[in-house]
Amino acid sequence: MKKLTNKLLNWLNAEDTSVFDNAMELKMQEPKEEKEETVEQRMRDRLHIKDEVYSESETKEVKVLRIIYRTLAIILCAFIAYNLLIAVSWLPRTGEFDKPVNNEVSARYIEKGLQETGAVNIVTGMILDYRAFDTFGESNVLNIATITVLILLRRNKKKLPNEIEEKENDRLLEPKNDVILQKAATFLVPAIFLFGIYVILNGHLSPGGGFSGGAIIGAGLILYVSAFGFEKTEKFFTEKTQKVISLSALLFYCLAKSYSFFTGANELESHIPLGKAGAILSSGLILPLNICVGLVVAVTMYTFYCMFRKGEF
Amino acid sequence: MTLFQIILLIFLVICAVSVSFSKNLVRSIMEFMAFSLIMSIIWLTLESPDLGITEAAVGAGVTSILFFVTLKKIHAIREGNKNEEADK
Repeated sequence: MKKLTNKLLNWLNAEDTSVFDNAMELKMQEPKEEKEETVEQRMRDRLHIKDEVYSESETKEVKVLRIIYRTLAIILCAFIAYNLLIAVSWLPRTGEFDKPVNNEVSARYIEKGLQETGAVNIVTGMILDYRAFDTFGESNVLNIATITVLILLRRNKKKLPNEIEEKENDRLLEPKNDVILQKAATFLVPAIFLFGIYVILNGHLSPGGGFSGGAIIGAGLILYVSAFGFEKTEKFFTEKTQKVISLSALLFYCLAKSYSFFTGANELESHIPLGKAGAILSSGLILPLNICVGLVVAVTMYTFYCMFRKGEF
Repeated sequence: MTLFQIILLIFLVICAVSVSFSKNLVRSIMEFMAFSLIMSIIWLTLESPDLGITEAAVGAGVTSILFFVTLKKIHAIREGNKNEEADK
């Protein structure tokens, strides 16, 4: 039985050629040789066919059509620009009282925003308290964009010899030991990181917030990578880091904001102590939510760069 | 509207037009970066520094870097001499 299975396996893997003994003649195929004349003839034929099918010569019709096309394009552009300018001229003037924007919603945001959210920066109070679910959706959109880029651009883990060569070529092209870039990055990267962290942590006190700070930190990471290469960043940023950070940040955001489902879906009344306005640890959930959004944005920026550059982390 | 803002807006229009009319792709990206920088200053003058920070980081920084990487990947950026030859 064992012999039989062995034989079958051998036959399946085409290791055993004894089956073909005396049955047919195994012969190496000779490389196909072609005379130069026939090759030239074939090329000429192909050019001839191409000329006949795709006539690229300038006939009179083509010229006329081109002129018509250009004039029509200019007329269309002028028409659209004229209409848009007219629409702009109908807009209400800045500072007019009867503007449709001046309704009770914006009045409420401006008058009671500080009391209800505890955020000195009214914009952050709006986007992370009144409209926190919008921001949650935006963070999810960023995460979905990351996933799409990963699907489209990630390299297969099985490395073919060609791909290894290509990767090495790409690494050869990058400025590996560019002294100017490295010295500049040594000074700039810590400052950029600190500024990004400051913008995130002070999101409810000064202009900025999660998205801006995250974008700054992501740009700093990209500068670091392009100065020192991927070997350095692989030590602290891998695929796992990206997964863990974005998923935990989004999950925390979701859980932190879904408390309002248990309190009767009333978003306006905050059940979390807001603290003293103007202090760092104030305004309830806004600070942790800012940190979550910043983490997601920074990770997304860096992942985009890695995927565009290498196809892996 | 101050004189400063008018100058910035004129620069903005010049940048926007030259992005689409320049034939060199690298130059287009540079002009796009300049567009984003001017736009961020305009946001500052319109008293929305949040948007200014984001515009400077995303528009001038990350987006144009991604453009550069893509151009390099599709071999649109070549060495200086080769590029001139190709233009001829």
